[in-house]
Amino acid sequence: MEDMKIKSVLVGILPVIAFVIIWESIAQLNLVPKYIFPSFSAVMIEFYHLAVSGVLLDNLLSSLFRVLAGFLLGSAAGIVVGIGMGSKESVNKSFHPIFSLLYPIPVLGWAPLLMVWIGINELLPVALIFLCSFFPVLYNTITGIKGVDREVIKAARTLGASDGKILTTVVLPLAIPNIFTGLRLEAGMAWRVVIAAEMVAIPTGIGALMIRSESLLRMDVIIVCLMVLSVMCLAFERFFQFVERRITTGWR
Amino acid sequence: MPTIEVRNIRNYVFSNLNMKVLDKELLVVLGPNGAGKTTLLNIIAGLVDYEGTILFDGIPVDKAPTNDRQIGYLFQNLALFPHLDVASNVGYSLKVRGKKKEEIAQEVDELLKLTKIEHLKRRYPKNLSGGEKQRVALARALATSPKVLLLDEPFNSLDSGMCNCLRREIRQIQREMGTTTVFVTHNLTDAEEMGDRIVVLNEGKIQQVTSKMFKDATDNDNRSQRFQDCLHCAIDCYCKRKEGDYESADSPACRM
Repeated sequence: MEDMKIKSVLVGILPVIAFVIIWESIAQLNLVPKYIFPSFSAVMIEFYHLAVSGVLLDNLLSSLFRVLAGFLLGSAAGIVVGIGMGSKESVNKSFHPIFSLLYPIPVLGWAPLLMVWIGINELLPVALIFLCSFFPVLYNTITGIKGVDREVIKAARTLGASDGKILTTVVLPLAIPNIFTGLRLEAGMAWRVVIAAEMVAIPTGIGALMIRSESLLRMDVIIVCLMVLSVMCLAFERFFQFVERRITTGWR
Repeated sequence: MPTIEVRNIRNYVFSNLNMKVLDKELLVVLGPNGAGKTTLLNIIAGLVDYEGTILFDGIPVDKAPTNDRQIGYLFQNLALFPHLDVASNVGYSLKVRGKKKEEIAQEVDELLKLTKIEHLKRRYPKNLSGGEKQRVALARALATSPKVLLLDEPFNSLDSGMCNCLRREIRQIQREMGTTTVFVTHNLTDAEEMGDRIVVLNEGKIQQVTSKMFKDATDNDNRSQRFQDCLHCAIDCYCKRKEGDYESADSPACRM
């Protein structure tokens, strides 16, 4: 059993190690100037400098705040509206056409409009992440609620549950896997959006650090930022996966 | 426990259905698929729209929502809550009615004992066998202390041994509790063994009512065979009509 675990970890880690070795070797060959293609070791040294100086943490915290604010607000709104649309056909019929028109618009397509309406300030990335989180969570919540077996709802009704009780004790718990699918996917997407917004409009955050580094030809700093971004996306997705498993363990 | 009266019921299945379920009796509604058996139960439970009147002890309940009708309903597919363990499934009705935790725990334990599933208390439905699920669904339906128990083909997915066992147990529990019960099935053995009276339903119409008195009046040795022949004939004629074989369907035997 222990051997199997070690093997499965090795299977996952070996390609990463191979990738790093190949990267380091190519960089050491000096075929391309080091400022264009820095080695893995140079990137790690820069990571250390950025971490110790606090530059990385400051920018990361700025981005994190925006992601959390936009994501929490957008997800909460998506879940609330999704519950309304999923459980009441009249609400669904009213809102479905307008949301169907707005959903296909790429989130960054809103950026020029919001720059004028909101201004270039902290609210801009929060608003963009709100939009990015709202629609997918909304549609996943609706799908989850509509997917609940009608017989189970009938059973709850025959057992004396009111509509409100059925929603809180049967429908929402059974819709959780779908709601969490939306949350998990959008947690990663929120990071991508914040980086884009910071690159074009906001002077702080990981995206802003990347765009400044680009003008100074600091590829090592850009790669450090990309690594941090990758880890944050993964951490957010895994967090929701973990919470979902904790909630649904046993019955799924 | 109430007498149930079904008066002039009309909807997408029934054109004018009238029938009565007596106090404390177990009425079997027997018929082929599509006869309207489940719809009848859903009407009594208030789960589908209908015109006409349903009376419990002479009082119309048409305006009472399902959650106020004090019924226990054992669904054909059981409809257990997959996210709740056995104890929570059984105690669900008590919880939504706002009972205290200690009371719920005590009542759930009693019901689990009654249905012989105390050992499954913490299991989730996905980890139960067909027969175990059936018992959980029955315990859950009984937890409401129902005035009326509705059973929708509860033995469909079970092997014959398990069916025999559950038939006896459900009959015994129903007698002990004296709950007025409507049991729908397409299985003749279920009907014969369980019912105080049997109603044969075809295409939304009552074709035949067989009472316990009829069964008791017949010779003991021949009772089962004669009874089954009679029911087979009713269903056979119905099938022939459906297949368009009107000549056979209008034979003297069928007319009789």
